Amino acid sequence: MSDFIRTWWKLLAGVAGVVFMALLPLLNISVPGVLPTPTYQPGTLALLSLAMVFSALALSYNMLLGTGGMLSFGHALYFGAGAYGLGIILANFGVPLWPGVLIALLGGLLIAIVTGAISMRVSGIPFAMVTLAFAQAGSVLVRRNSSVTGGEEGLSLNTEHVPDGLVGVANTRNLYWFALGVVVLVYLVALWVDRSRLGHLARATRENELRIRVLGLEPTRARFVLFLIAALSASGAGVAYILLQSGTVPRAVSADLTITVLVMVVLGGVGYRWGAVLGGFLYTILDQRLTVLAGSEAIEGLPSVLRIPLSEPLFLLGTLFILVVIFLPGGIAGTVETRWLQRRRADALTELDDDADEAQRPSEVRP
Amino acid sequence: MSTLVLVLVTGVGLGALYFLVASGLSLIYGLMHVLNFAHGVFLTLGAFLGWEVASRIGATGWPAFLLSILVGGLVGTAFATVTELALIRPLYERHIEQVLVTVGLAFAAVALFEGIWGSDPIFITGPAWLDETTTLLGARIPNVYFVLMIAATALLASLVVFLRYTRYGMIIRAGVENRAMVTALGIDVKKSFTLVFAIGGSAAGVGGVLAAHYTGYVSAHLGQTLLIFAFIVTVIGGLGSLSGAAIASVLVAVLQQLANYYLGGTGDLIVVVALAVVLLVRPRGLLGRRPA
Repeated sequence: MSDFIRTWWKLLAGVAGVVFMALLPLLNISVPGVLPTPTYQPGTLALLSLAMVFSALALSYNMLLGTGGMLSFGHALYFGAGAYGLGIILANFGVPLWPGVLIALLGGLLIAIVTGAISMRVSGIPFAMVTLAFAQAGSVLVRRNSSVTGGEEGLSLNTEHVPDGLVGVANTRNLYWFALGVVVLVYLVALWVDRSRLGHLARATRENELRIRVLGLEPTRARFVLFLIAALSASGAGVAYILLQSGTVPRAVSADLTITVLVMVVLGGVGYRWGAVLGGFLYTILDQRLTVLAGSEAIEGLPSVLRIPLSEPLFLLGTLFILVVIFLPGGIAGTVETRWLQRRRADALTELDDDADEAQRPSEVRP
Repeated sequence: MSTLVLVLVTGVGLGALYFLVASGLSLIYGLMHVLNFAHGVFLTLGAFLGWEVASRIGATGWPAFLLSILVGGLVGTAFATVTELALIRPLYERHIEQVLVTVGLAFAAVALFEGIWGSDPIFITGPAWLDETTTLLGARIPNVYFVLMIAATALLASLVVFLRYTRYGMIIRAGVENRAMVTALGIDVKKSFTLVFAIGGSAAGVGGVLAAHYTGYVSAHLGQTLLIFAFIVTVIGGLGSLSGAAIASVLVAVLQQLANYYLGGTGDLIVVVALAVVLLVRPRGLLGRRPA
């Protein structure tokens, strides 16, 4: 198969996937054990929408970690900036939804410019620590200023200026399509970043920064722009989150959330866009199913040595994460693609062997 | 005047607590270049098990208090050693994966603690003396701060003696300086990896018991909250520098207490601002040797 055909094949598969996801609310598909209700009902639509919001966030995180090789523990700050930004604007300034979204995104970008510029004074592990500290400061600000942010209680969405089609359980379908739009948009941004000069430079810097500098290129600016694009995409996911959940809680800015996203990206496979999307879905659905399992009678009946670990979904997910890091270093996407590449290479080698055999045969028959 | 003394002394006491956590982090990072996210859960487990033991033999007595400190230290040591052997060692030299594994461990362990001890804080009691105050220059200072200072000073002193005057201490110092060279000389650096984890874990475990007396409760999130401040302290002090961590612990905590008292409870934010300033002016930290 030539590369050309493979690219078209991938494109076709992607478009088919998006069309299928877009049609889901109109279909009646039941997947017992995975989805709580048939696909046209709000229960499943809300779960899938949340999964898509997290997929978008995971995609944005993958731009940092996968493309740029930057391990950030503060990515939730920009997600929270989008969510809280929109919530605060809608509650206090009487701005209609779409300009409000724009202002929230700009706010997220502004925070990213300031915190990014400072934290990029260092790189590697110190960078991880500093981004964590900034996210913690954001989390403290949100919890403290309860008159604006609702504090620990969280901020509920003021729907006065939100179009009616995006409010209420009856309209979960529309929110679902909105979330699908967000994840497709972020995917396209990630694709563009990976294909652009910026992405090439960031990837090359990840591999060998000194070499890039010797070549006379400026890696710092490329990384900074990458950081801003990732932060802006995270803010977009945050905007979708508050619309979807009709509110936001302090967890949206916490280090916990960043770690959750990190778990999604690593499960899916660092550096693979479809891995990030898969990780977002897998995590969200597993978390939901394991929570249901924790409350089930089968677990209640077990002795406490087994019951306590099994009734903590995060314990199981954390353990799964450790196992993936140790035994599947490329995550799901990485493992699948490596296997596939190996098979292709093996096929190519067999073909070569066949050719060689044919080339040798005449010489063998020759007396 | 007495208020200022109170704020300063409590600041130093809090700094002592930060140092109990940050010293291990700094040693581990210096030698292995691993950012240990699981350090907080060593502390939390030490605090929980220390309290379990103390509450069984009468929490208000001194023997229970001393025994709980011993238990906390042993639990921290054991947990950290097992972590190093089972999770860190198989990922030798793969720093990002090592960090990810500790993140996963912290994630899973906090959830497990919540499963075992519940998500609400457990309020604890100790010897009555800890809750009393001692008057120093007109300021009435809770005695628990002195215990923290004594513990941190003892830790710092024993670490300095260990690093200066013992064979393993020398290997660790040499390893921080140039690990490739130490390996090339035929010394098994891996043993010292386990050793720094054990030392860091024991300090964190003792810190956990003391932190529980300082805050008055134990919760599954106790360690992770302190860990963030310990990270800030190690970056400000200079990664891998023990004396940097000691100085930065005290500076950060005093600054935090001053801001909490005089600037309307903004201590947490001031600390982050201090971190930003240090990074802008001196990215390698106070005593960091190489630019980080």
